[in-house]
Amino acid sequence: MDAKPYARLDDVSLFYGDKVVLKNCTLDIVEGAITCVIGLSGAGKSTILRLLDALRKPDEGHVYIGDRDICHTPETELIEVRRKIALSFQFAALLDSLTIGENVGLPLRENTQQPEAEIRQIVEDALDSVGLAHTYDNLPSELSGGMLKRAGFARAIVTKPDLVLYDEPTTGLDPIVTHLITDMIVRLRKKLGGTAVVISHDLQSIFMMADYVAMLFEGAIIAYGTVEEIKRSPNPIVQQFLEGSEVGPIPI
Amino acid sequence: MKLLDGLGKGTIETLEYAGGITQLAGESVGFIATLRIRFGETLSQCYLLGVQSLIIVLLTSLFTGMVFSLESANQAVQYGVGSLVGGAVAYTSVRELGPMLSAVVVAGRVGAAIAAEIGAMVVTEQIEALRSMSLPPVRYLVVPRLLAMIIMLPLLAIFADVVSIVGGMWIANTYAHIGSADFISSARQTIGFPDVVKGLFKSVVFGIIIALVGAYQGLKTRGGAAGVGLATTGAVVTSIILIFVTNFIMSYMLYGTH
Ligand SMILES: Nc1ncnc2c1ncn2[C@@H]1O[C@H](COP(=O)(O)OP(=O)(O)OP(=O)(O)O)[C@@H](O)[C@H]1O
Ligand SMILES: [Mg+2]
Repeated sequence: MDAKPYARLDDVSLFYGDKVVLKNCTLDIVEGAITCVIGLSGAGKSTILRLLDALRKPDEGHVYIGDRDICHTPETELIEVRRKIALSFQFAALLDSLTIGENVGLPLRENTQQPEAEIRQIVEDALDSVGLAHTYDNLPSELSGGMLKRAGFARAIVTKPDLVLYDEPTTGLDPIVTHLITDMIVRLRKKLGGTAVVISHDLQSIFMMADYVAMLFEGAIIAYGTVEEIKRSPNPIVQQFLEGSEVGPIPI
Repeated sequence: MKLLDGLGKGTIETLEYAGGITQLAGESVGFIATLRIRFGETLSQCYLLGVQSLIIVLLTSLFTGMVFSLESANQAVQYGVGSLVGGAVAYTSVRELGPMLSAVVVAGRVGAAIAAEIGAMVVTEQIEALRSMSLPPVRYLVVPRLLAMIIMLPLLAIFADVVSIVGGMWIANTYAHIGSADFISSARQTIGFPDVVKGLFKSVVFGIIIALVGAYQGLKTRGGAAGVGLATTGAVVTSIILIFVTNFIMSYMLYGTH
């Protein structure tokens, strides 16, 4: 159980003006495992992924990838750090001037020497696997929100990164595609042996894929453990969240 | 007290702005010096930002050359020095009007476009997405636009020079009956190759200002569509002011001391 962490938030605090988003938050991302982060809307889950991808720096505390403190790494070296990490954005964040195929292939075309024919094949396979065959030449503006999200998902996985950060990969998708994506996250992790962090509000998917679950509440991780441990957690906040009940300690 | 506070804040903001632009310039030079340039993108920006600005630059310089010729030909003929009109028109066109007009017009069109595009990419998280894919936005977006401006604005200025002189010649001819040969010989006596080079040097500086200010305003966009609007306006206003100020400084340094 005590595997070494691939990444670690160490006593991190983060503020927007007076607003406290994270306060003394500590979280280990176990190597080779899928860690799911749950929490209320606006709790700071997406912020955690930004910290892990070094897109944002905490106001206090440290963020480690391996042994490296990425809060004190110059931007030029962070470019190298981020090559091994991919982020699938909550709202896809595709470049709207490029087609879907160009978007998904972008990290390969810009950062590797692979021949174009190979890249095209990888991209088409990736699009196929998320149910987006025949969208290669479409512009992002021609796709629906759920389709964009899947294209963003495909873009995150084409580089076979060591750590994939999925920001609500299944929110807003129909049940069948949700299942497909959840399944893919598990299969990819097994196939590539990488590490994943998944933010999700979909408890069913979480129970299906998570090795560890962390619950973020009021700026800190208040519960952490395997799915079974979380389900049995005595913490009334966790229980209320899992039940989706209006009565309990969580202020609404 | 309030006034002092405001003054202090203004100073800090100005310094911050200058610092930000300098940093952006430094990063861009870093990528250019190590030849980490996206050539295809640079070429397409040359077309989008440069070639597509040609018509508007031609029109504005044509009419400015014409009106300048109209006014000076009137005066000159009255004082019997009509043969000097060609020189006057060519002199101002090459040294001031061509570089300035093309820069101001392009600042309105291209500076706004750069700020709006990059600003929209900030608010839709596309910039963050680029960073997360290890694609530095400066290399990916700013450098191609900067190079395109450095290449294209001097070219546009040459067109502006020529059109403004030709327009001036036509007006001088039809309106004040100054012969084209007179006009041209006067122009050739007045301006030389160094004047042209100095004018083009100005254009290069203006191109750098337009691209960097636009990109900087875009990159520091905050807060949705309204933020993009502010970034765009800010880019145009700031770059036009900077163009006028640096133009004076450069004219003073390039032509002022004989
Ligand atoms: N640029 C910003 N300025 C001010 N506050 C911000 C900014 N960005 C985020 N926040 C605040 O930080 C908090 C955390 O945001 P974050 O996006 O991480 O939430 P989240 O847990 O991902 O929510 P959701 O589940 O709705 O996606 C939010 O309460 C938000 O109001
Ligand atoms: Mg979020």
